[in-house]
Amino acid sequence: METISYLLQQCVNGLQLGAVYALIALGYTMVYGVLRLINFAHGDIFMLGAFIAYYLISKFDIPIYLVFAITMVCTAAAGYIIEKVAYKPLRNAPRISLLITAVGVSLFLEYFLSLKFLFTANYIGFPRPFEVQVYDLSLFTVTNIQLIIFAVTAVSLVLLFLLIYKTKYGKAMRAVSYDQEVAALMGINIDATISLTFIVGAALAGVGGILYSIAYPQINVFMGIMPGIKSFIAAVLGGIGIIHGAVLGGLVIGMSEVFVSGFLSSTFRDGVIFIILFLVLLLKPSGIFGKRIEKV
Amino acid sequence: MKKAVHISLMLLVVCLFGGSHVFAKEIIRIGLITPLTGDVKTYGESAKNAFNMAIEEYAKKGKYKIQPIITDDRNDPTEGANAALKLITQDRVVAIIGPVTSKVAIPVSEIANANRIPMISGTATNPKVTTSDGKRKPYVFRACYIDPFQGTIGARFALKQVKRKTAAVLYDVGNDYSKGLAEYFRSTFTKGGGTVVAYECYQKDDVDFSGIITKVGTKRPDVIYIPDYYNKVALIAKQVREKGLKGVLVGGDGWDSPELLKIGGNAVVGGYFTNHYSPDRKDPVAEDFIKKYKAKYKVVPDTFAALKYDATMIFLKALDEAKKPNSQEIVKLLGTLKNYKGVTGNMSFDRNGDAVKSVVILRVDKGGFKYVTTVNP
Repeated sequence: METISYLLQQCVNGLQLGAVYALIALGYTMVYGVLRLINFAHGDIFMLGAFIAYYLISKFDIPIYLVFAITMVCTAAAGYIIEKVAYKPLRNAPRISLLITAVGVSLFLEYFLSLKFLFTANYIGFPRPFEVQVYDLSLFTVTNIQLIIFAVTAVSLVLLFLLIYKTKYGKAMRAVSYDQEVAALMGINIDATISLTFIVGAALAGVGGILYSIAYPQINVFMGIMPGIKSFIAAVLGGIGIIHGAVLGGLVIGMSEVFVSGFLSSTFRDGVIFIILFLVLLLKPSGIFGKRIEKV
Repeated sequence: MKKAVHISLMLLVVCLFGGSHVFAKEIIRIGLITPLTGDVKTYGESAKNAFNMAIEEYAKKGKYKIQPIITDDRNDPTEGANAALKLITQDRVVAIIGPVTSKVAIPVSEIANANRIPMISGTATNPKVTTSDGKRKPYVFRACYIDPFQGTIGARFALKQVKRKTAAVLYDVGNDYSKGLAEYFRSTFTKGGGTVVAYECYQKDDVDFSGIITKVGTKRPDVIYIPDYYNKVALIAKQVREKGLKGVLVGGDGWDSPELLKIGGNAVVGGYFTNHYSPDRKDPVAEDFIKKYKAKYKVVPDTFAALKYDATMIFLKALDEAKKPNSQEIVKLLGTLKNYKGVTGNMSFDRNGDAVKSVVILRVDKGGFKYVTTVNP
């Protein structure tokens, strides 16, 4: 009994972490899908979301759903601008230039925003918009924060799936990711579709940033690096470019992190994650859900 | 007319430059390495304030004119080492005051010692700051006690005063300070008849501790020892309480920051930590310092301010008494320091250059830190 409740409790912990990773991983995977670009600046959009929410909550007394809405609009705008300024001029350049630019954008965001008159390089306590409540369900406990994370993640996923599989824009995205040139011949506006992908991905990262800072109430300009890397691994694990793969990857990474710390030791945690990644790539080079072999 | 102007100008120049040469004191450069940004910036701010205050006071009566050079190490060992090299080779400082944290102080002490430049840290408590492989670094001193002592006192306090039998220890595996305290706490707690039911580590960038906390929770420890800096402590404490753990939180001097309560809130209230000094201390030297510091910076000085003030003052005293203001003479004098009356109590350097002094234990209350007791070495 004790063991079962312990297992369940760790599952809840893992889900909490995994849900946030999934939200960030979606952005990586979507951008990769349409541009074949690993957008390293994505983790920093996540950080930007956390900071915008921080200023909204601490400076203006507005309800939490508005915090989510405004933050999503702001990070979406940031994603749009980054794509237009940094990536679009390189549309026909070699892919390596795009990759290096992505690293540059990431470093720029981190160090520019860490200037004294902007976000500063300090660790800031994130004001939680509500008090924590712990619900004891006899077998395990769950907090209202965890419930909110599960709910918001689930809603975002449903909306995203609707967008991608039920709308014309989603169809365009899938077409661009399948074959950009042929999609263009079919009359799809490539630039607009790519912009939309960035906007959606960045909005999700913004949501991830808020949820993450509510759960772990401390923010700083470098907070996006580690979750960014972990989510990127999640996206690769699930099969980069595949939406439901990113979700599964995020959950697997979150779960294994918690279980390794809970059953082995924190020092093994990252090692185990990379072993999982290694094994998956060895057995299935295109990830868990990866089907098609990349075009050359 | 033109000539007259020329002559008077020349006179003026002679007065200015020649004159100043007669009256001016010799300029001595000293460097401060401290974390002004990053995860422990409140330590660095306190240290800088106290350092500046000490320099200003010295300027009124000291033999030399001090030119301070302040650098930021961001609590990053690489940044600290770079700053030390710059201070020594480029700015040619006579001595280095700092760094605040052990993990930065260890590499900086190696550099200072190799370049024969005296270094005094106020607060770096890890044994490896003044020794390496059991060998003394002759140019390095510190104004505080070391971790074996702090961890031991923490464990004894948890056993005797708080009267607890089981303890869990959570520490940062990549931080010398945190690791050192955890080890000494564990050995003393076990020797004293208690049981350490969980000994878990995490990594520097971690923010999610749910895995290890849930694991620790199944052991139901009476005491949870978290020897880390305030930022991490506040995050861990919150998650400890959210997971329903009831144990008393105990920690080390890294807890001493106003941010601990700001971020940690109710989760940290009721915890105890070992520290170097308490602003409640009744002592003329301390009261005088606290009064002046409050007047200047509008806050009550914390441990980091008090110790950095002491460290700077010890150095300035040695500088004034030295026959020549060079590194060798100053180190000679520092080694003989006995019964110096500092803000944080009486101190003498032992043969390792570590200060011998008492530990203060503070409790975290809603409004701030309250003095509990003093333990003498």
